[in-house]
Amino acid sequence: MNSDANPVFALALTFATMSLFAIGGANSAIPEMHRVAVDVHHWLTDKQFTDVYAIAQLSPGPNVLIVTLIGYSVAGLAGALVATLAMCVPTAVLALFVSRFLARSSHARWPAIVQAALVPLSIGLMGASGFILARTSDRTVIAVLVTVTAAVLASVTKLNPLWMLVAGGCLGFAGLIG
Amino acid sequence: MTFALRTRGPEGSECQIHSPSLIELFVAFAKMSLAGFGGVLVWARRGIVDQHKWMTADEFNETFALCHFLPGPNIVNLTFVFGSRLRGLPGSIAAFSGLVGPPALIMIVMGMLYHRYGEIDALRRILSGVACAAIGLMLAVVFRMMTPLIKRRDVVGLLMLVAVFVAIGVLRLPLAAVLLVAIPLSIAITYAMRDKEAA
Repeated sequence: MNSDANPVFALALTFATMSLFAIGGANSAIPEMHRVAVDVHHWLTDKQFTDVYAIAQLSPGPNVLIVTLIGYSVAGLAGALVATLAMCVPTAVLALFVSRFLARSSHARWPAIVQAALVPLSIGLMGASGFILARTSDRTVIAVLVTVTAAVLASVTKLNPLWMLVAGGCLGFAGLIG
Repeated sequence: MTFALRTRGPEGSECQIHSPSLIELFVAFAKMSLAGFGGVLVWARRGIVDQHKWMTADEFNETFALCHFLPGPNIVNLTFVFGSRLRGLPGSIAAFSGLVGPPALIMIVMGMLYHRYGEIDALRRILSGVACAAIGLMLAVVFRMMTPLIKRRDVVGLLMLVAVFVAIGVLRLPLAAVLLVAIPLSIAITYAMRDKEAA
């Protein structure tokens, strides 16, 4: 596939396909985004990919907007627009059709079974997201400590996650992350 | 349609008719989205259920459950389905534009800044620190979602979870290939187990 010739087309195809397999949401698709953007197309380096993830987390809006940043890095404004729409529109239209179909049918048992079957897969994907990002980011003891502390605090307190991101940024600025 | 006309919850039998204009939908979703750092769901619930009373909590949960098991960004799916219930396809487009448009513009500005200043050492260090914390937040979500599986000793579910983790995270296999095997397998096993439990 000679997608280097037209990166906008490659973005559209990549994200439209990927969205159909993003079960559990955009964070489940991060390993695939990394595989495609870093390993297959070399759009971003490993470090750029984790930077993009960090920026997306620092910004308001749905998690899916990480694809806006990837698209922008690859092909500027057109890339940002195409990547965002490709990742959002096909599955949103699918959701619309399914919700209308379910409203009219009585196959109430199926959604429960499908949901129960998909939950473990989506958790596995999110775990893989964390693992892949951590391989690049958590290279020092302090970096690992920051990740573990954030995980524990987010699990046991109701602290606004934004403060943990800010704290991480401050420790990084102070040169402690490495 | 029960979404435009319904009785209000516990307070009494007061009927309310809500039919927000397309601009109101756009503004409401833009506000929720811009308030949502690290996920919009909480703000969407607050806006749709508590503030505007466009849905009851149950309706919101049902719609979210549907959008969660379908592929793609959940909150975008929810916005699309919700917009269409209120105002048809134009409603979907208005709500979606509000949800995604303003924060996407912010993201593009961030992308421009990153391109220009991304090599500055202080910024690189800051982003590394932010990434470490953000990964921790994601792991917290993973643990929270895993807890029910562990509590009810769902061995099959946990095995599927680990298999997907290894295939995608360690072996780096393509997502589509892995899921085309894992989804039918998981559904078949879940279905078989339900039947056994029912029998």
